[in-house]
Amino acid sequence: MKRRDFLKSTTLASGAFLIPSFLKPLEAMASGQLTGYKNLVIIQLSGGNDGLNTIVPYGNDIYYQKRNTIAIKQPDIIKLNDMQGLNPNLSSLKEIYDQGWMSVINSVGYPNPDRSHFRSMDIWQTGSESNQFLTTGWIGRYLDANCAINKDPYTAVEVDDTLSLAMKGAKMKGIAVQNPAKLYQSTREPFFKELVNEHDAAHLSEDNLGYLYKTMIETSSSANYIQQTSKTYNTTAQYPQSAFAGQLKSVAKFINSGLKTRVYYVSLSGFDTHTQQQNQQGRQLKIYGDAVAAFLKDLKQTGKLDDTLVMTFSEFGRRVEQNASNGTDHGTANNVMIFGGKLNKAGIYNNAPNLSALDNGDLKYEVDFRDVYATLLDKWLNVNNSQILNKNFAGLNFV
Amino acid sequence: MDNTNKIKHLYARAGFGLRVADMQRVKGLTVKHAVEGFFTSSTEIKPLTVVTNNTNYRDAAKADSLTKKMFMQQQRQLERDLNITWVNQMSMSEAQLREKMTLFWHNHFACRTQNAFYAQQLNNIQRTNALGNFKTLLLAVSKSPAMLQFLNNQQNKKGHPNENFARELMELFTIGRGNYTEQDVKESARAFTGWGFDNDGEFVERKVLHDEGQKHFLGKTGAFTGEDIINTLLERKETARFICTKLYKYLVNETPDMANVTAMANVFYSSAYDITKLLKFVFTADWFYADKNTGNLIKAPVDFIVGLNRQFYIDYKNPDVIMQFERALGQVLFYPPNVAGWPGGKSWIDSSSLMFRLKIPSTVLNDGVIDFKGKADPEDEAFLAMNVNKRKAVNTQVQTQPNWDKFLTGIPANISKATVAGVILAPALNANLMAIVNRATNIRSMVIELVSTPEYQLY
Repeated sequence: MKRRDFLKSTTLASGAFLIPSFLKPLEAMASGQLTGYKNLVIIQLSGGNDGLNTIVPYGNDIYYQKRNTIAIKQPDIIKLNDMQGLNPNLSSLKEIYDQGWMSVINSVGYPNPDRSHFRSMDIWQTGSESNQFLTTGWIGRYLDANCAINKDPYTAVEVDDTLSLAMKGAKMKGIAVQNPAKLYQSTREPFFKELVNEHDAAHLSEDNLGYLYKTMIETSSSANYIQQTSKTYNTTAQYPQSAFAGQLKSVAKFINSGLKTRVYYVSLSGFDTHTQQQNQQGRQLKIYGDAVAAFLKDLKQTGKLDDTLVMTFSEFGRRVEQNASNGTDHGTANNVMIFGGKLNKAGIYNNAPNLSALDNGDLKYEVDFRDVYATLLDKWLNVNNSQILNKNFAGLNFV
Repeated sequence: MDNTNKIKHLYARAGFGLRVADMQRVKGLTVKHAVEGFFTSSTEIKPLTVVTNNTNYRDAAKADSLTKKMFMQQQRQLERDLNITWVNQMSMSEAQLREKMTLFWHNHFACRTQNAFYAQQLNNIQRTNALGNFKTLLLAVSKSPAMLQFLNNQQNKKGHPNENFARELMELFTIGRGNYTEQDVKESARAFTGWGFDNDGEFVERKVLHDEGQKHFLGKTGAFTGEDIINTLLERKETARFICTKLYKYLVNETPDMANVTAMANVFYSSAYDITKLLKFVFTADWFYADKNTGNLIKAPVDFIVGLNRQFYIDYKNPDVIMQFERALGQVLFYPPNVAGWPGGKSWIDSSSLMFRLKIPSTVLNDGVIDFKGKADPEDEAFLAMNVNKRKAVNTQVQTQPNWDKFLTGIPANISKATVAGVILAPALNANLMAIVNRATNIRSMVIELVSTPEYQLY
């Protein structure tokens, strides 16, 4: 057997010597028994993306009245239906849309919206009410609820240096991996390896010390698993040069190499466009659209698109009326974009935002963001949403 | 627990850790004397004075985009300076208890503001009253522009009440959930109408905006003002209990022992919320030194960073590195996740933050190298060789200079390696840790290994 094949066949076993068996009884079993393995990829646009200049309601005159200098001109818009169209910087997504791989949910938000970036992001990441403070994230609680089956940190992978609150549960947390080789190297420090190998069982029984050792052991094992599994896969698809495209390329590599990860999380920032919005947002949207299109085509090529669902959100949309600096200020409801090979309802999911019935200049939400989460939890991750969201949401039918 | 260990524990919880160099000095102290010493050395109040004047946001908002940009840059610079100055003060100051409690109130009255002057002002209110009276502290915080702005009381007006401040006052600052109704929130919000601040950052009661009508609050009726509401909340013993539970989790154990918390609440309530009396009670209680209450708390990132700085006299040639550490570990001062503060405990630890924590000490102390004295796997030789080459690169990046001479010469004569290890680490030295100690050929490499362990994350 070649060394590489050996590694491949023992990818799961290779981390096992690092850990006491009682911590990982299901690891070997999990690899073969999970059929219809589905991934969810969450893309966070940080800063409050202006949804109205992303999916443009060009068929509504109010849009042009309120946005004198920053409205996207009709001829430039890539029309999706007779009301809404894509910002020209999202031209790469036209093909995706036409394939039926994209769905746009309009006017997603929550009651009593908060216009502070960090608070609203907190609400989106924890799935809380606007006056409630949760210390765990919604994906983290999914990990908690599901930890009998998927109990490794790599069940949820964030392609970043640090882990977002969304990915932290009370018992389980995901893992942040910007660069698998680098993470793997950091766990290979001989001194750390010794700590992992030679700790005694008493360590694990102590509350916080046990938790620290357990996290360290799981990190070593997950870093090893992620590195050994993903390095066997060679990406042939073409991706744009941006850092964000690089992150999605990593996600595709993880998916294509067969990593047993259910949730991936990536972020793109730069959407807080108070001034000179058109260029700034346009640049970020182009990075976003080109990368997402490349990602989806890559997965189509490898046959994984049907098993993948992508959700893009931002912490809030922006005010309907532009400000005096050719920008927009913090707003409320926004669109959420869904991508995947097997959408139940592709295209524009619901009515375009109502620009005439505003709440103090802001869009009124029509879909609670937790109904979007509930759909993903119930229909894609196969877990009852009320367990994760603390009350039951009816959900939508985009998948 | 012997006396030395008790004092070590006190230094870990009431301050940012016992220096090895201080071992000799504290050796003969009784707990009572050591506790007194903490209060004596915290008598002085040294406010942060980084931000010298208040910039007018309204003027800045009207300015052209270039001026705006410069303004924002300047604000960010001030926030950074404020953060680093405080970390340095926690690391160097002898008023350890005052700084430690300022950090507690910083989290209890968690607040964010873009205005660095207001952030500094609130921080100084928390420092000035850190060991004083809780009522004075609560009132000053409630009247600070930072909090008034953060919880929207500036927009709380007669006829158009904004409930944000009133709600958090009860839920997070005083009596806690379950002890008030939605109606109490609505009524008390009316009492705070008109509380705001002027352009100079001074508290003002805007009489015309104040709702002078009757309010029904926690079973009482009257034309209450904001101060009346705060007084009523403090009359409730639940408030003493709520604060004591939180403080117990911060200083003693994440799992509150109800008997101990009740004892604390009795002291706090009967002393009319005297913080010093409460703390003296805690630090002299036998249960504070019980085995189950020592070496079991996970250090907050700031505790971790400050503890390292203090023990090893670290000089940051590039102070931005401190903020990078705060970000990587998940606690940027002045940027709590929300008004409920940092949740603490296990939530500090995930795969990436733990790897950073295990790696940061050797990075700041030894250019990222842990002089491993155990038996290296032959496979690891390449790793070890590579690491030596990396040394220079690490130093160029972090540019830190620990004062090893001061650390090493501070170690009392005739002291065993195990004793030094016992000061560095809070949990008891188990067989594996003893193996590290026994095989060490010099103190320096032993210490670097010890601070790179999971045990070092605890205090």
